[in-house]
Amino acid sequence: MSAAAHTDSFLERAPLLARDFITGRLPEPARWTANTLITIALLLAAFGLLFAFLTLAERKILGRVQNRPGPNRTGWFGLLQPFADGVKMLTKEDLVPRASDQVLHYLAPVALLSLSIITFAVIPYGRHMVPVDLDAGVLYFFAAGSATELSIFMAGWASHNKYALLAAMRALAQLISYELPLLLSVVPVVLAAGTLSTSGIVDAQHGWAWGVVPRWNVFTPWGAAGFAIFFVSSLAESNRSPFDLPEAESELIAGHLTEYSGFKYALFFMAEYFGMCALSGMGVTLFLGGWRSPLAALEFIPSYGWFTLKLLALLGCFIWIRATLPRLRIDQLTRLAWKFLVPLALVNLGMAAFWALSAGWAGPLQLARWAVALAIVAVPFLLLGRRLSRGVAPRTYRYA
Amino acid sequence: MLGIGLLQGLAVTARNFLGSFHGRSRYVTTEYPEERTQLPEAYRNFPFLVTESPEDPMGTLRCVACQICEKECPPQCIYIVKSRDKKPDATGKMQLYPAVFDIDTAVCMSCQICVEVCPFDAIKMDQVFEIAATDRFSGLLLNRNTLAKPNSYFHSLHPTDAAEVDGRLAAARKAAEEKARAAAAAKAAAAAKPQTPAAQSAQAPKPSPPAA
Repeated sequence: MSAAAHTDSFLERAPLLARDFITGRLPEPARWTANTLITIALLLAAFGLLFAFLTLAERKILGRVQNRPGPNRTGWFGLLQPFADGVKMLTKEDLVPRASDQVLHYLAPVALLSLSIITFAVIPYGRHMVPVDLDAGVLYFFAAGSATELSIFMAGWASHNKYALLAAMRALAQLISYELPLLLSVVPVVLAAGTLSTSGIVDAQHGWAWGVVPRWNVFTPWGAAGFAIFFVSSLAESNRSPFDLPEAESELIAGHLTEYSGFKYALFFMAEYFGMCALSGMGVTLFLGGWRSPLAALEFIPSYGWFTLKLLALLGCFIWIRATLPRLRIDQLTRLAWKFLVPLALVNLGMAAFWALSAGWAGPLQLARWAVALAIVAVPFLLLGRRLSRGVAPRTYRYA
Repeated sequence: MLGIGLLQGLAVTARNFLGSFHGRSRYVTTEYPEERTQLPEAYRNFPFLVTESPEDPMGTLRCVACQICEKECPPQCIYIVKSRDKKPDATGKMQLYPAVFDIDTAVCMSCQICVEVCPFDAIKMDQVFEIAATDRFSGLLLNRNTLAKPNSYFHSLHPTDAAEVDGRLAAARKAAEEKARAAAAAKAAAAAKPQTPAAQSAQAPKPSPPAA
């Protein structure tokens, strides 16, 4: 079978073979440690470079959307821009307010960055490439992700600045509000796959319906709705536009980052992008079939290639949305979370339960299954949407 | 329905993103040091002094050092010292000229009031905007040698304005010539008339009308 041939093709195993080639000479007891260190170094290098070029890609895409070229002076097509920015950040003066809590002020960016990085451990990057294959990988991921909120508050508190503290409170309000729909949208996936292990969830999405449509979660009614909720919540969780209130450059000074400068500021920035990458990677794993290829004929592209493509596509959507949508107000933001996303995520959980129970329906009942499932989520969506936008939309603009 | 507006917005940005690779209408950036746009005729930044001849700029300055611009200049960036001697101006009349004419471009606010008040069309607005200097005091202080630019340069910057000024000056010059000719003719007629010898002797050594 061709699929089996691709499963263990040379390209598929190449990263592992290269790693074993390097660590094979070491004595047996040191091999595990060396393998782990190599994995960590590779992850840091890959996501570090991704971060660097993501900032460039973001500026280029935002520029193109606004009909201008974006940075194109540093190197060929501006490709050296991230490194120029890095040098600038490193050579800037690192100001620490005298009244601040020196230890906490120093610790906050470090804690934030390390907590964002450890979430990378459980994402399956390829068929044989899960750095740590935990039984409760999903739980671990979201636990580590929620801990970043602690360091954001740490930054605001340690700055000894009223604006930083207020902004940290707002950031905390936002992050805790959106933690709920984020987690609730993941529950149906766990329910369907019957496991909390990330590689198990990818395994559950194998095969193709009617030989064409991949059995990814996003192609089921509860998966589509769940993915939408997950995507909106992850925009908010990673402080991305239109939910970038915590640091809203044009309105606040810089929110909880007010008292940070130079490289510490760069660390916060890096953590934000790492968080975005990690959430996108988790979205790919949970809903978009992980490293699986969309067509059987395209399986010759190795699994980590497919993962990278999907990850980049999702990150592109993050940037696209940033280029499009204006920032929400804090009341609109919390209202969206508590009055819209949380109820919808709960309804979606019910729909997933119905979908799991009606798995045996066949023939014309299949159509009924789809209709009922879609109605379960579409009717609350329409009703909630109408209720929430009453008196708000359509908007008549009155000029002052 | 909730969400339709979001999708419409995303479509707009996608259209702009793709369109910027497609046509000049959506990609309007001029990459400045390499390419330049044509400045509009009415563009102005700092003043310059008009001279009649490019060969002898200091000798043919239109400026007569009347100091109106110096007095009118709101930020007072103009400094003028009058000459001691006189020389003929654009219409042939003997006039003073500026021995010193300085403009501090660090102070100038490009208001064009000096141009509007000048009765001699001697000061006009330039279009040179690349005036970065390594010394902000002497580098941005322009003297009369750097300010003097020929009339042909004025024509190249503001053609309609320059043509109108040239027409006006030519008319003034013609009127002055005609006046001089009429005066000469009247004088000749008066000379031809039989007069008392005393009057004749008194008029004879006088030269023909000044500034011929």
